[in-house]
Amino acid sequence: MRYEKIKLVDENGLRIDGRKPDQLRPVKMEVSVLKNADGSAYVEQGNTRVLAAVYGPREVHPKHLTLPDRAILRTRYHMVPYSTDERKSPAPTRREIELSKVIREALESVIFVELYPRTTIDVFIEVIQADAGTRTAGLMAASLALADAGIPMKDLIAAVAIGKVDGTLVLDINQVEDEYGEADMPIAMMPSLGEIVLLQLNGVLSEEEFYEALKLAQKGIAQLYEFEKQALMKKYVEVKVEEV
Amino acid sequence: MPILVQHRQIVLPGQLLAEGKDVEVKAQHTIYRIGDKYYSSVIGLTDVQNGKRLSVIALEGFYFPKVDDIVIGMIIDTGLTSWTVDIRSPYLAILHASDVLSKPFNPLKDNLRKHLDIGDLVLAKIIQFDRTRSPVLTVKGKGLGKITKGVIVEIIPSRVPRVIGRKGSMINMVKEETKCQITIGLNGRIWIIGPTLTHEEVAILAIKKIERETHISGLTDRVKAFIREELKKRGLAK
Repeated sequence: MRYEKIKLVDENGLRIDGRKPDQLRPVKMEVSVLKNADGSAYVEQGNTRVLAAVYGPREVHPKHLTLPDRAILRTRYHMVPYSTDERKSPAPTRREIELSKVIREALESVIFVELYPRTTIDVFIEVIQADAGTRTAGLMAASLALADAGIPMKDLIAAVAIGKVDGTLVLDINQVEDEYGEADMPIAMMPSLGEIVLLQLNGVLSEEEFYEALKLAQKGIAQLYEFEKQALMKKYVEVKVEEV
Repeated sequence: MPILVQHRQIVLPGQLLAEGKDVEVKAQHTIYRIGDKYYSSVIGLTDVQNGKRLSVIALEGFYFPKVDDIVIGMIIDTGLTSWTVDIRSPYLAILHASDVLSKPFNPLKDNLRKHLDIGDLVLAKIIQFDRTRSPVLTVKGKGLGKITKGVIVEIIPSRVPRVIGRKGSMINMVKEETKCQITIGLNGRIWIIGPTLTHEEVAILAIKKIERETHISGLTDRVKAFIREELKKRGLAK
């Protein structure tokens, strides 16, 4: 049997879903979507849908995990069983445990954990529908939820994945591009401070390609950052003054 | 121009607020500094005084204990010689038995539940807190102690300053208009005692309105009109 390779970029330079190489998928963001959490957010990027909830700072249970000089951060990245084509077992996989860790480390660099010793901040990220870029969408949802909970932080996090498909660098890859592409590089930043909080690379990029990818990511991140700010502002703008 | 934001502007985490050395910034968790640059760390409202004094009041958030704060706590557990009290902060507070009972207390004979039981509310003051140990409460003082009548409303703790208003202007207006006795716990619990349940109801609605519209200016007048209207609807005012 002969496999025919899927063409990911056509002769006009357009991608499989009709986007230009430097174009993001449609974005939707909303904060305060859950009543019982201290802070929450919902992020949609194309077909990727993520929900995040934040609790805390609160008392640590079990007690022995407490740190005397700072708050601990506990993060759970989880994909619901119906988030993928084929049912995913709800038990945390090796991948989910790893992503929980890298997301936690990214968030730790943003939150002022030393302000609240002996407490915990719990972040729950649920991927409702997966179409690549779930860790970046999850990070954005988590940072919006943290801001919504009123936890002091350096900056919001905006994140995007860069891919290399058919030899071209593309912004915000989807599932097909992720599966058949040559490289996948998620990048998360604090845009106001220009600091990178997460960078992973799966695949091979040359040095020039790497720097070009970084530049492309910054462009996408700047746009996503604006969406994030709008989402947070919307909560206050929508409160209408009731005239009597 | 060193300050880059206006008075009463909504700011977001990571937003650059001011630059330069001649800016006076109140030391608080809502602002942080890198070199000469000041950034906001929360969603908040700016407060700019005389074009050089800058602070940010958080719009979202939890209560963080401070010594001498008056709070309303709920008893969640009784021990042998102390109560554990929930004050809606990251830390649970402690209320010692010796503080509540005037006579010497014998844990063998006496049961603390007779005095304050789980679910009871107390108006208390924080007398000790340093982040390394849980806050300690006292009920010794004027008006402090167990809450036995009235109603409690909960609001987002960071919006308490707005409910109080500048030098108490807002809360005094609400008290006067609704004829209710109102005690504010800085942890976002507010205790209302009114002449009738209807008065209390109007006071609750007014406080909820203040909480909801914290960030929109001209609030005091709007709330005043609101209370009068609501009282009229209920036949309590002309």
